[in-house]
Amino acid sequence: MSSAHALAAATGRELAGHGLAAAGHGFLSPTGVEIAFLLVGLATLGAAVVTVTTKQLVHAALWLVVTLGGLAVEYLLLTAEFIAWVQVLIYVGSVVVLLLFGLMLTKAPIGRSPDADSGNRPAALAVAIAAAAALVWVVVDAFRTTWIDLDKGVQGATAVTGDSLFRHWVLPFEALSVLLLAALVGAIVLSRKRGGTSGDKSATNSGKEKR
Amino acid sequence: MHLAYPAVLAVLLFCTGLYGVLARRNAILVLMSVELMLNAVNLNLVAFDVWLRDTLHAGQALTLFTIAIAAAEIGIGLAIVLLVHRNRGTADVDRLRDLADPPPAGTPAADDSVTAPTDNGADQATPVRRQTA
Repeated sequence: MSSAHALAAATGRELAGHGLAAAGHGFLSPTGVEIAFLLVGLATLGAAVVTVTTKQLVHAALWLVVTLGGLAVEYLLLTAEFIAWVQVLIYVGSVVVLLLFGLMLTKAPIGRSPDADSGNRPAALAVAIAAAAALVWVVVDAFRTTWIDLDKGVQGATAVTGDSLFRHWVLPFEALSVLLLAALVGAIVLSRKRGGTSGDKSATNSGKEKR
Repeated sequence: MHLAYPAVLAVLLFCTGLYGVLARRNAILVLMSVELMLNAVNLNLVAFDVWLRDTLHAGQALTLFTIAIAAAEIGIGLAIVLLVHRNRGTADVDRLRDLADPPPAGTPAADDSVTAPTDNGADQATPVRRQTA
């Protein structure tokens, strides 16, 4: 207990030194928002882990929905409303649907497929755990004494986001729309069935797949 | 809210996606893991934007741009995966070994001898070249 007090005193001193205000925060006394963030974060992380480890390909896409929805809730808790709803619309609404279509069109096996993971799984696990340990250590050490002040108003309301997006970020926005158009045209060109020079193996293959 | 909560969650999500990219065999599952990594970056952007109270709202604007680029990436990626599946009959990333070094002449690996005829066969090489032309 005394060590916790010493820690709190040290954090208070560092806070005063940094001038970041918010001296009333205790180091280990979470607020309600933090508890909610932690619980939703645990669910999100669990769903993400199931997404990358499950043997059933379609279930992986469905667990990805849980992960992305949990992230939308985290955005709401961080008062970024517009990002949260864009996340729901774009990711849950279109990206996951695209992935499910891709799984169907590549004839992914329904049910458990034993070869969902490749042979370098132990190496991948080692790399991921090493990266997670190093990054968590660095991040926790770096941001030990910083707090987000969520009470100073909503940072990501739709009006505010739209205002800044179309006042300061118009040029990147327009460039991005051109990029989206190029990506759309590219996807259509890539997935179009080649007409005319049929007769080789590729054309008969694609004909069999009803695409 | 302590800034470490969203930062640590983003780190763990990123590493989960990293594991998925390295360990998964199906190309579409690799794309799902890439989405996880992009979402971790988005969470970081939003958290730091809210922390810094940026008047330009750079973090949230860049998050929107990242989401749009992720949508474009998933469209192009799925088109490429479908094209590969149409030409090769498989979407497994570790069976696409056209650019891999050939095994040493003395000791051919067992799985290479199995997958080489389906991947590098003469009847498959022609349509691939035709698609890229």
